[in-house]
Amino acid sequence: MPRYVRVHTLEDALAHLVAGPFRVIAGGTDVFPALVDGAPMREAMLDISGITALRGIGFDEEASAWRLGALTTWADVQRARMVPPWFATLRRAAREVGGVQIQAVGTVAGNLCNASPAADGVVPLLALDARVEIAGPRGVRVEPLASFITGVRRTTRTPDELVTGILVPEPGRPGVSDFLKLGARHSLVISIAMVAVVLWQDSDGAVGEAAVAVGACSPVAVRLTDLEARLVGLRPGVDDLAAQVREADGDALSPIDDVRATAAYRREAALVLIRRALTRCAEVWP
Amino acid sequence: MIETTPGAFPETIPVTFTLNGRAVTVSVEPLRRLTEVLREDLGLIGTKVGCDAGDCGACTVLIDGAPVCACMVPAGRVQGAEVETVEGLSAPDGTLSALQDAFLRYGAAQCGICTPGMLMAATALLRRTPHPSEGQVIRALGGVLCRCTGYRKIIAAVMHANDPVPDALEPPAGVAVGTRVDRLDGPPKVRGTDRFGADAWPDDALRVRVVRSPHARARFTVGDLDAFVAGHPGLVRVLTAADVPGRNRFGVIPPLADQPVFAEEEARYRGDAVAAVVGEDAVVRALDLAALPIDWEPLAPLTSPAAARAEGSPLLHAGRPGNVLARGLVETGSVLAALFEPDPDIVRVAGHATTPFVEHAPIEPEAGYARRVGDGIEIVACTQAPYMDRDDMAAILGLPLEAVVIRPTAVGGGFGTKLDLSVQPFVALAAWVTGRPARMVYSRGESMRATTKRHPARLSARVAARRSTGRLVGMDFEGTFDTGAYASWGPTVANRVPVHASGPYHMPAYRAASVAVHTHNPPSGAFRGFGVPQTAVLQETLFDELADAIGFDRLAFRIVNALQVGTPTVTGQVFTQGVGIRACLEALSDDWVRSRAEAAGFNASARRDGRPERRGVGVAGMWYGCGNTALPNPSTIRVGLRADGTLCLHQGAVDIGQGSNTVIAQICADALGLPLDRITRVAADTDITPDAGKTSASRQTFVTGKAALLAGQALRSTILRRLNAPADARLHLDGTRLSAGDRALDLRTLADEADARGYVLAAAETFDPPTLPLDAKGQGEPYAAFGWGAHLAEVRVDLELGRVIVDRMTCAHDVGRAVNPTLIEGQVEGGVAQGLGLALMEAYIPGRSETLHDYLIPTAGDMPEIRTILVEDPDAHGPYGAKGIGEQVLIPTAPAILNAIRDATGVTVRDLPVTPDRLRAALARAQAGTRP
Repeated sequence: MPRYVRVHTLEDALAHLVAGPFRVIAGGTDVFPALVDGAPMREAMLDISGITALRGIGFDEEASAWRLGALTTWADVQRARMVPPWFATLRRAAREVGGVQIQAVGTVAGNLCNASPAADGVVPLLALDARVEIAGPRGVRVEPLASFITGVRRTTRTPDELVTGILVPEPGRPGVSDFLKLGARHSLVISIAMVAVVLWQDSDGAVGEAAVAVGACSPVAVRLTDLEARLVGLRPGVDDLAAQVREADGDALSPIDDVRATAAYRREAALVLIRRALTRCAEVWP
Repeated sequence: MIETTPGAFPETIPVTFTLNGRAVTVSVEPLRRLTEVLREDLGLIGTKVGCDAGDCGACTVLIDGAPVCACMVPAGRVQGAEVETVEGLSAPDGTLSALQDAFLRYGAAQCGICTPGMLMAATALLRRTPHPSEGQVIRALGGVLCRCTGYRKIIAAVMHANDPVPDALEPPAGVAVGTRVDRLDGPPKVRGTDRFGADAWPDDALRVRVVRSPHARARFTVGDLDAFVAGHPGLVRVLTAADVPGRNRFGVIPPLADQPVFAEEEARYRGDAVAAVVGEDAVVRALDLAALPIDWEPLAPLTSPAAARAEGSPLLHAGRPGNVLARGLVETGSVLAALFEPDPDIVRVAGHATTPFVEHAPIEPEAGYARRVGDGIEIVACTQAPYMDRDDMAAILGLPLEAVVIRPTAVGGGFGTKLDLSVQPFVALAAWVTGRPARMVYSRGESMRATTKRHPARLSARVAARRSTGRLVGMDFEGTFDTGAYASWGPTVANRVPVHASGPYHMPAYRAASVAVHTHNPPSGAFRGFGVPQTAVLQETLFDELADAIGFDRLAFRIVNALQVGTPTVTGQVFTQGVGIRACLEALSDDWVRSRAEAAGFNASARRDGRPERRGVGVAGMWYGCGNTALPNPSTIRVGLRADGTLCLHQGAVDIGQGSNTVIAQICADALGLPLDRITRVAADTDITPDAGKTSASRQTFVTGKAALLAGQALRSTILRRLNAPADARLHLDGTRLSAGDRALDLRTLADEADARGYVLAAAETFDPPTLPLDAKGQGEPYAAFGWGAHLAEVRVDLELGRVIVDRMTCAHDVGRAVNPTLIEGQVEGGVAQGLGLALMEAYIPGRSETLHDYLIPTAGDMPEIRTILVEDPDAHGPYGAKGIGEQVLIPTAPAILNAIRDATGVTVRDLPVTPDRLRAALARAQAGTRP
């Protein structure tokens, strides 16, 4: 078995995965740091970074969704020109992943597959109701992100499958969004807490649907559905959205104490960040 | 195409790519990191490795124009790509790029280890944005860590790289001191050609890796190592304590040497070395160290000084009862009377502070190689103390001193941690035992686990002042320091702390006691300030409380109490000159008034608008004795002229980025009376250059600089005598023609007189600053000179999140004489960065924060605007009046920030670091009306 194979087509990738086992490497920004003390790579690696067809952002008419190819990098997300304004939550996350060196090669899909509790990409995509497209020997399946990640560093992807893209549904109505990340320093920081907020406008100009997601405060990022329900029907700029955030909304979180912060602080800070993101969304409400 | 069919895949494959504009093909293991291929296979050592995890950005290269960490790129992937490294930045004829030139002119490179990564990240930015804003630069450089510069000069250099870069200054004879000349060792740093510890090795060198204890305390037994070696082709030896030919103990204070090269039976901290594998490079790199036949029996560790001092606790080292390594005491006047006698005019405050382990985190992990040369050994490694290394290595190897030669490499940051031995015993033993050269490079994790740290401190103090006059009455201070498993510099910290804990103020009654206690934690050693930064945190924050309590302006309180010429220090030392603290504090007065007014205005409007943000201003003072504490401390400098006209300066003060290569040369050039550019520097190699002592204690400018002054003057006298010229004659050196006034000679005519080193005219001089020993009460004259300073911090606090942003630092320092103002500003800015880290984010927890993403140091965006105010009160002992600055700059930063936080919020936090969660908890307690 070769220790390293670089493929250029999806078909080739899938054939190798079936013949595997291989560990998949795309940007490599999670794979290499996981090697303790700079140890050499011992697993066989399937390098998919050359599958150019999987890179880029475009509108998928059939799925009525924006498609981020699995090799779309954080820099690609920042550079994307044609995406709607409510992509702001993902764009802001893209600017806060590591430094420009990580953003240049790290992929959004890889961030989902790595399934860290502090993954910057999961939170905005969870709030955008993203789905994950996965190809394998049994064909192509599409699964909501919310069920794709099942735990800390665990997903439903089987070793013979490959994530091929992320689908972000286009609801066909105006929306605003935001992302806030809190760390103890300016750059290159693993989140203490992060939040994404997406507000969709109904035909009356009120909030028709709301999404609030929180990361780094539970094994897998979560949506605060009770809060989301309370936001529906409110008029940003008229009603005080931030005032809807209640202490009990933090009950949906299960933060831990670690080197970055205490659990109690994480819970409190997440709610502060949500209030601020809601206020910022209200300021740009169309 | 590099694809092959499954089953037929070779260990290595050919990879063809464009490297700095030229097509190259290399045969590589495709999963090898690109950093290794560039450095080891292609010899391009300009791309540095700081962490192997994308956390530091030192390995930034451009791939197809985009900045990428080469440590995370599998080499197989660059097939067909365009790769650019620092070596490609200058023109083919060697002309530096505008950016490289700007780095030199702005002083953007200090040690130079992050410089290639910074240059590459900046290059990517400047191609798109030739005249970037500060924000754009910070964003572009946010992924590259620097531990020396505080980033500000790097940011300035990048912002102005495409503006006309000023020409380098080339001062004529006699005026080099005081001039902002480029650092003399700068060009190889910006070219990426400077050789650091990991950058040079003999082709046939074996690789060494060390097996370290995974437990804080464990007994262990080693199985059949011969069988293990036999079972691993390519492995040559596994070394253990049994292989140490001399003394299996080392330490920077010889009588206390207690650290084994390899632990014997019991490991005393997580990271203690127990064995080393030596073998062919690829084999050792791939070896799983957990496979070695070592059985561990974990034992209950002592993890705090309190536990270590408890009745019945096991002793880490025989003969140190209670696990106490060292104590320090300074006492003067009647502190009990001052603090406890009832007097309505006297106001007292008291408080505690704690500080954690702080990791030096030089971006260069420890590295080097050794080779056996006949009956001697040659060690080429990064170090701050070549002669101390030599002496300890001779003892370890059982060799005479002259059989050990230390050739220091460039040092990619040290800050105190590279004063202690690191790789040297391992590579030297491996080379000695196998007869082949041996090299070693610490991984980032190993560097963090194995090397020394800043001493964690638990401090308490009580201070009193008079309401009527604002005068300090007395202070009682106690400090307990966790000195970890081995002695290292623990006694130095214990001695320095009580001398400095009063701060730079007149304290009539004083008692300060310190104790350094062994635990099963990493050895605490020297870190910029030797315990004084920790004590300043408590003393300076208590002074704010005291000033408030007696109704004094906080800055005015310090000015009233500042030491002056003629007032005794707490050790009874009375200076007749060179006491600049009052001038430093007064230099902040205008900014104090301005910033306080601005903060008050901001806070009033924030309160009115209900915004959860407050600004605050804090000030803190500092003093720091230059050189060893009441101990001999000599430096020797040799300078000589060859018959061919070469003027050689044997400069043994290791430059770890702070600038001694430049400053010592500036001083010597002026003393001699020849232009700086005539000087050829000779390295700090123990074989050819005399001992200039260690690079620590802020002593190199002061002590070695004075030796350079004396040596320069001595050579000048020799020349004048030889030429029979008057004392004020101007010297000229033109090729081999040496003239003094109207007298001249051709140096070639003296060729027969050349000494053993090849010098026809030479001088060597030694300087040892005058000190007097401290008595049992700590009274005496521990230092010939102190550096003085004061910082003013302006911060913003997010009340809801507890986040602190430092907006501006104004830093006044009495440096005696600024030999090179650019280098001093660089020291100040770098010190502020480390002080900011100490205050807000840094804490090393063994087993938990052993990477540069779990252990946070400041990034470019964390840095405030910094203004340096240089106070020049010439010191009678210093060269041209100059004093040390290296450690002084870090000491007042953290307390100034803490005082600013209290000014903004009313909350005092003295348990460092003040992370967002800690500050938020303190704010919540204050809101709830309970005292923290």
